[in-house]
Amino acid sequence: MSFDTAFMLSTLPAFFKAVGVTLQVGAIAIATSLLVALLNATILVLRTPYLWRLVKGYVELARNTPLLIQLFFVYFALPSLGVKVSGFAAAIITLTFMGGAYLTEVLRAGVEAVPRAQLESGRSIGLSEGQLLRHVILPQAGILSLPALFANFVFLLKETTVVSAVAVPEILYTTKNYIALYYKTYEMLAVLTLLCVLIFLPLSLLLRYLERRLQHGQFGH
Amino acid sequence: MASSGIELLLVSLPQLAMGAGQTLAISALGILFATLGGVLYGVLATLGSRWLNILLQVYLELFRAIPVLVWLYLVFFGLPIFFGLSIPSFWCAVLVLGLWGASEVGEVVRGALQSLPRGQREAGLSIGLGGWQLYAYVLLPQALKRMTPPTINIYTRIIKTSSLAVLIGVVEVIKAGQQIIERTYESVLIYGALFLFFFLVCYPLSAASRVLERRWAHA
Amino acid sequence: MNPLIEFQGFNKFFGQHQVLKDVDLAVQAGEVVVILGPSGCGKSTLLRCLNGLEEAQGGSLRLDGQELLGPDTDWRQVRQRVGMVFQSYHLFGHMSVIDNLLLGPLKVQKRERHEAQAQAEALLARVGLLDKRDAFPRQLSGGQQQRIAIVRSLCMNPQVMLFDEVTAALDPEMVKEVLQVIQGLAREGMTLLIVTHEMAFARAVADRIVFMEAGRILEQNHPERFFTQPQTARAQQFLEKFSFVESLPKTLSKPLHKELS
Repeated sequence: MSFDTAFMLSTLPAFFKAVGVTLQVGAIAIATSLLVALLNATILVLRTPYLWRLVKGYVELARNTPLLIQLFFVYFALPSLGVKVSGFAAAIITLTFMGGAYLTEVLRAGVEAVPRAQLESGRSIGLSEGQLLRHVILPQAGILSLPALFANFVFLLKETTVVSAVAVPEILYTTKNYIALYYKTYEMLAVLTLLCVLIFLPLSLLLRYLERRLQHGQFGH
Repeated sequence: MASSGIELLLVSLPQLAMGAGQTLAISALGILFATLGGVLYGVLATLGSRWLNILLQVYLELFRAIPVLVWLYLVFFGLPIFFGLSIPSFWCAVLVLGLWGASEVGEVVRGALQSLPRGQREAGLSIGLGGWQLYAYVLLPQALKRMTPPTINIYTRIIKTSSLAVLIGVVEVIKAGQQIIERTYESVLIYGALFLFFFLVCYPLSAASRVLERRWAHA
Repeated sequence: MNPLIEFQGFNKFFGQHQVLKDVDLAVQAGEVVVILGPSGCGKSTLLRCLNGLEEAQGGSLRLDGQELLGPDTDWRQVRQRVGMVFQSYHLFGHMSVIDNLLLGPLKVQKRERHEAQAQAEALLARVGLLDKRDAFPRQLSGGQQQRIAIVRSLCMNPQVMLFDEVTAALDPEMVKEVLQVIQGLAREGMTLLIVTHEMAFARAVADRIVFMEAGRILEQNHPERFFTQPQTARAQQFLEKFSFVESLPKTLSKPLHKELS
């Protein structure tokens, strides 16, 4: 078995693109998940009637089912209900569905982690409930949930590999494609491993550093 | 339409059940290896050996940096060509889930052991307990309450992640569902059933983890 | 007679910092030695070395003639002969009192349950806690936990007992009950090494006082001589700090008759 370096190099432009797709899918999914989570967490914290239960149900459903089934449902089952989506759209929808639920939990936990004494001392100096939320609770909840938020961002980015199953041309799909076309299995596995280490390892180490700095944080997955 | 849907589910139930059996088998074996490996990891990580800790750190970071699905492909494609080993995709999935789960459970066990007061270890040593006795009688039992809730959460993640096995060709519950869809085109119904299946397995575990965590919060 | 415990030229470092410097100390069987000295003088470390919880760097340490500072030392064996009681008791929180007491005798010494249990119960009765036999540590007061911790060590039938500031974490009203137990052991002729800040207790219980500072033994003396005529300036200063409260006048306010007038 010989290692075909020339072939490996020839695939680099394709992989370069693939990394772009991975990062793009990840970034969009993180942003949309965060939006969903902010909305949901507000509903949970304010205990908005009815909506509150709906959000709870959504969070439980999304957290207790596999991403792959969520993805296949959106990509394969929705069309039979008349909703046709591309692989890319399915990827974003699904990652948002799952990520939104995880981040909702993170934000809610962050708000709950603000000590009750903070609320009492805020009220004692005469802040209104709105001021209390804006000046006392949210800034502290934000800092408290920072490591967990970041952990879930990294988690979401890693989960983008799953969307290779619906032909989104990210790094794993590109690898599988080349293996199927040219049988250059070990070259491609080497590239894939290398890319993972280059993209995810620094993030993972940065995360560990953040966690140590801010000893709080609860993990939403 | 509704009655035909229920009929279809009834007819396809045996096939789905077979697939579900495979999914549960992969998950159960993965959980078993993750637990055994995780306890071993946790114990080794608290022995205070520098080289051992570096080794475990590398193992941990490799499984944290490389996504589980990528590991599945690495093992599935890699074992035959790098080691001339051809193992069935079922066992590839068990192997990856076990190793990945062991790193996750291991970190939980390590954290729980390290949270115990140092004096517990010293008091155990001072009455002459040997290494494994110290862990078996003094340290692990006291760490149990702290490590059980997060470990159950890892179990649900292992069960959910076992679904990825379909992508390396294991005929588990998703594959069974896809085969039924190919015959009947009832994709909404079947994927709905798959949703329900995983939810029914994972939700009780998540709920149990939460209850235990609340009950043992002050232990 | 050969000493039961003998430190010779004993050294111990934490990194660059030397915490024990050329310590020479011999303890005869049946002797009660109290080690005094300011915080951080190395007295606790000395005890912990004798139990193998700290590793020494150089010198010699013999127990009953057997050299302990070697690679072949079986510390599990040694620890069965050297009981240790800690400042924060460290009872095993997941076990009842009786299980705490029986863990060593059953699992380490592989003794018969009924025999070990009879001994444990007799010792519990002696420290007045037989009714707490099935309680869990968290249900007991600090003083009760510490007495149980002493019994836990005694159940191993040690030749020596080490007490490392065992009353320092206790509320004042619980100190007495623990000291009484130690005093009882001393009277029975048990070999004891005690690190404490209870000066009156040291004076009452010790056969010999060892005064340490900055990792060295500065003075060894009979308690009466040590407390009345300390030989070193350091020891004198140390004792003065403790006598400050005792020598305060009974009332600091102005004499009664002046206030009235």
